Amino acid sequence: MYPDYMRESLNKVEQSRNERLELAKSGKPVFTPMTAEERENVLKEFHPDYKEDARRKIRVGPNKGEMITAEVADMLESRSRIKPENFDLTHPDFNTDILVIGGGGGGCAAALVAMEQGAKCIVSTKLRIGDANSMMSQGGMQAAVSRTDSPTRHYLDAMGGGHFDNKPELVRALTEDAPDVVKWLEELGVVWDKNEDNSLQVLHGGGTSRKRMLSCRDYTGAIIMRTLMDEVRNHPDKIEVLEFTPTVELIMDENGNCAGGILYNLETEEYFTVRAKATIIATGGYGRLHIKGFDTTNHYGATGDGLVITYRAGAKLSYMDSVQYHPTGASFPEQIAGFLITEKIRGAGGQPLNIKGELFVFPREPRDVESSAFIRECLGRKKGIKTPSGRFGVWLDSPLIEMLQGEGYINKQFPAMHRQFIRYGIDITREPMLVYPTLHYQNGGTDINEKCETNIPGLYIAGESSGGVHGRNRLMGNSVLDYNVFGRRAGKFAAEYVKSVKIGKLSLEHIHDYEKELAKEGIETDRIAPVLLPSYTPEAVLKRQLTAHYEGTLR
Amino acid sequence: MLMGANSVKVMDKSKEKGKKKIGDTARNVPEEMVTVYIMGKGYRVPAEATIMGAIEYAGYQIKRGAGCREGFCGACGTVYKLPGDYKIHTGLACTTLVQDGMLLAQLPFIPNEKPAYDIDSLLPDVTAFQKVYPEIFRCVACNTCTKACPQDLQVMDYIQTAMRGDIEKTMDLSFDCVSCGLCAIRCPAEIVQFNVGILAKRLYGKYLAPESPELGQRLKEMKDKKYNTEYMEMKGMSYEDLKTLYYDRDSE
Ligand SMILES: Cc1cc2nc3c(=O)[nH]c(=O)nc-3n(C[C@H](O)[C@H](O)[C@H](O)COP(=O)(O)OP(=O)(O)OC[C@H]3O[C@@H](n4cnc5c(N)ncnc54)[C@H](O)[C@@H]3O)c2cc1C
Ligand code: SF4
Ligand code: SF4
Repeated sequence: MYPDYMRESLNKVEQSRNERLELAKSGKPVFTPMTAEERENVLKEFHPDYKEDARRKIRVGPNKGEMITAEVADMLESRSRIKPENFDLTHPDFNTDILVIGGGGGGCAAALVAMEQGAKCIVSTKLRIGDANSMMSQGGMQAAVSRTDSPTRHYLDAMGGGHFDNKPELVRALTEDAPDVVKWLEELGVVWDKNEDNSLQVLHGGGTSRKRMLSCRDYTGAIIMRTLMDEVRNHPDKIEVLEFTPTVELIMDENGNCAGGILYNLETEEYFTVRAKATIIATGGYGRLHIKGFDTTNHYGATGDGLVITYRAGAKLSYMDSVQYHPTGASFPEQIAGFLITEKIRGAGGQPLNIKGELFVFPREPRDVESSAFIRECLGRKKGIKTPSGRFGVWLDSPLIEMLQGEGYINKQFPAMHRQFIRYGIDITREPMLVYPTLHYQNGGTDINEKCETNIPGLYIAGESSGGVHGRNRLMGNSVLDYNVFGRRAGKFAAEYVKSVKIGKLSLEHIHDYEKELAKEGIETDRIAPVLLPSYTPEAVLKRQLTAHYEGTLR
Repeated sequence: MLMGANSVKVMDKSKEKGKKKIGDTARNVPEEMVTVYIMGKGYRVPAEATIMGAIEYAGYQIKRGAGCREGFCGACGTVYKLPGDYKIHTGLACTTLVQDGMLLAQLPFIPNEKPAYDIDSLLPDVTAFQKVYPEIFRCVACNTCTKACPQDLQVMDYIQTAMRGDIEKTMDLSFDCVSCGLCAIRCPAEIVQFNVGILAKRLYGKYLAPESPELGQRLKEMKDKKYNTEYMEMKGMSYEDLKTLYYDRDSE
C-alpha cells in the first residue's frame, strides 16, 4: 500500500488518466520524441555514465590507457585467486572438447549446438544451471517476424539504439539469425504468445519502429531458460554440468591458444583443472557490482567474471565505458527496490508521469535516454515522488493498460508483475507503480567477431559477456536474442575449431605476467577477482569477523 | 545480531538508525526490528526484511539458496514455522517477509527425478507422461502441493490434467511455475510436479501450438537471401546517411 502522503499525487494521476487515454487512442505519440540533439543533452546532463567519477583510466592489460567504468577498472586491476605454481598442469583433472563457462541461456544454447556437431562439453557454472539473468527476462525477445517488419529494419533500429557504435557485422548476424532462433526455440518446445490468427504476437519495445517483441506471457526468460536447461539435462552423456563450480582462470597452451580453465568448487573450496580444445565464455553481466551504488535487476552471480578472466589472458574489451540503467526499476516498496518492471508495460501503453500526473517524456525512448529523462524529472526538475526510505521515483501508469487493451489484460500478460506488487497490497490494475532507473545490463564486454571469436584462438564469447553487438546501449529484447544467436554461433564455430586444433603444453604463465604488470605499474592491492559473489554482510557483522589467519576451509 | 534462542533481550536500536548513502540518494535505515530464528539461532533483523534479506543481515554469505532474487528461479525455497502455529509454511526467501518469532530453514537442494528423454520420440498426449513421469498416476488428490505453492498455482489440478493427457491445460496451469520444488518436497506420492509442468510446456510448444504462417514466410525469405542487398547497402552507408535514415524512419 502506498503511504498516505502520496495520495495527493495519486489523485492527480487518476484525474489526468482519461485525457491521456484519449491521447493514446489517437495513435499519435503521447509525447513528442526527442530529437538527436535533445537526446544528447539529457544524456550529458543526467546519465550516470557522464558523471565525473564514472570512468577512469585502466593502467594494465590490452585496453591500457582507455577510460572505462571505474568499478570495472578496479575489478580488472586486482589479483588472481590462485598461485599458478600450485597447479600440476601435466595431469588435468578433466579432459573435454569444449569447456562452456556459464550455465545461463548463452551457455546452454552453445552446449546444445556444439553437441549436435559432435563435440563433448563440460559446463562450469557458478550457482545452479539456469540461475542466471536469462531466467529473469520478462519482456521478450526481438525478431523481425511480422509482415510489416524486416530484418533490415531490425538492423536499423538496433544500430540507432546503440548510437551507431555497434559493430555492423554483429548486428547483421543478430538480426539475420533471429527468425531462425524463433523457430529453433519453438521446436525445442518454447511456448510463444500467439494471436488468434496463429501469427506470433508482437509488441513494441523501447526504440523499435515496428512491433517486434515476442514473448511467453511475462515469463519469457523462464520459459526459454527452462526449455534449454531441460534439453541440456537430456544429454548427460555429452554435456557434463558442474554446478556451484565457477571457473576462476583460463588455461592457455604454449602456443597462445586458450586451452581450458581452473574451476573452483564453491562448497569444498577445491580447485580443478580442465583441459579443453576450445573454451566458450557465457558468464553474463556485472549488475551485482552495484556500479555507482545503484540497485540492480541482475541475478546473484552477475559479477562480471568473464571480463576478468579473459582480460588476464589477453583478450580485448570493447565499450567498457557504458553501463545500462533500465528506466523502470521498482522504487517502492523497499523490499523489491531495483526489481525490474518490464519495458513491455510501456509497450502495452503504460505511461511515465511526474508528481503532478503529467507526461514528461515519450514512453519509448532508447533506455539510456528514457532513464536520463526520469533522473532529470526527479533530481533536476524536482518533480519526482520521494519514498519513505528516501528513494525517488516517477509513476508508471499501469491501470491505463487495462483501459487500452481490455480488462484482464494485465493478469493475463503480466502475471509475474501483478504478483510482485499484490504481495505488498498494490494492485497494479488499479494503481500505478513507482519506478526509478536500476542497474541492468553490461553494454560492452570482451570483443568478438560474428563467429564469437576473440583475439585469442580457441576462446569464444557469447551473450552479455561479449562486447560490440549493442554498441553503447542495448535495446530491450535484443539480449535474449543475443544469447541465442551468439550462443548457437559459439557452439557451432567452436565445435568446428576443435576438430582440427592441437593443444600444446598447458600454461598459466599469463597470470604471472599480469601480476608483474600490476607490480610494474605500482598497483598494490588486496582486491581479488573474479568476485564470484557479492557480499551483503552489514558493517556491524563485518566488524566482528576478526579471524586473523585463514586455515583450510574455515576462517 | 545473534542472540540466545530463548532470549527476549531487545537490541539497542539507536545504533542502527541513521542514513546510508546508496546511489544518488541517501536512504534511511529501518527502525523496527523483529527476531527470527535461522536454523534455530535467533537474530534481530529489520521488521520489513524479506527472509533472504534477513539471512544476509544476520551475517550469512549465501551460497546455495539465492539465484535471481526476484522470484523467477526457485533457488530459495524456505520452510518455516510461526509461534503458536503447528503448521509448516513454505515460501520463497526472496519474496516472503519475515515475521516476529519465525523459525526458518532454507532448502539448499530438492532431490528430484529428471529422466533423460528424447522429445522427438514422444507424442503430445498421456503416453508422454506415462513414459517419462509414470509416478504422477500415484497422485492421491490431497492438494498438499497446491497449498505449498508460493506462486499460488493450482498444482494438483495440473497434475490431474496431466493424468488425463490434457497437455494444453497442464501447460496453462503450470506456466508460472518457478521450479522451487516446495510442492514436490511435500507430496506424499513423491511426484515432481515442476518437471511434469516443463514437459507439458515443451510438448505444447513443439507439437500443439499453431504454426505461424508469417514465420514460415520469413524463414523462406531468409533462405533466399532476400535482404542481402539491403544489408550491404546499409553497411556501405556513411555514419551521417545512416543516422538520417534512422531518424527519418516511420514508426508502426
Ligand atoms: C531482470 C532482467 C530482465 C531482463 N529482461 C530482458 C528482456 O525482456 N529482453 C531481453 O532481451 N533481455 C532481457 N534481459 C537481459 C538478458 O536476460 C540477459 O542479458 C541475458 O539473458 C544474458 O544471457 P547470458 O547467457 O549471456 O548470461 P546469463 O543468463 O546471466 O548466464 C550467465 C551464467 O554464468 C554464470 N557464471 C557467472 N560467472 C561464472 C563463472 N566465473 N564461472 C562459471 N559460471 C559463471 C552465472 O551464474 C549464470 O548462470 C533481462 C535481464 C534481467 C536481469
Ligand atoms: S508448482 Fe511447485 S515448483 Fe512450481 S512454483 Fe509451485 S511449489 Fe514451486
Ligand atoms: S501433493 Fe502429490 S499427491 Fe497430493 S495432490 Fe499434489 S501431486 Fe497429488
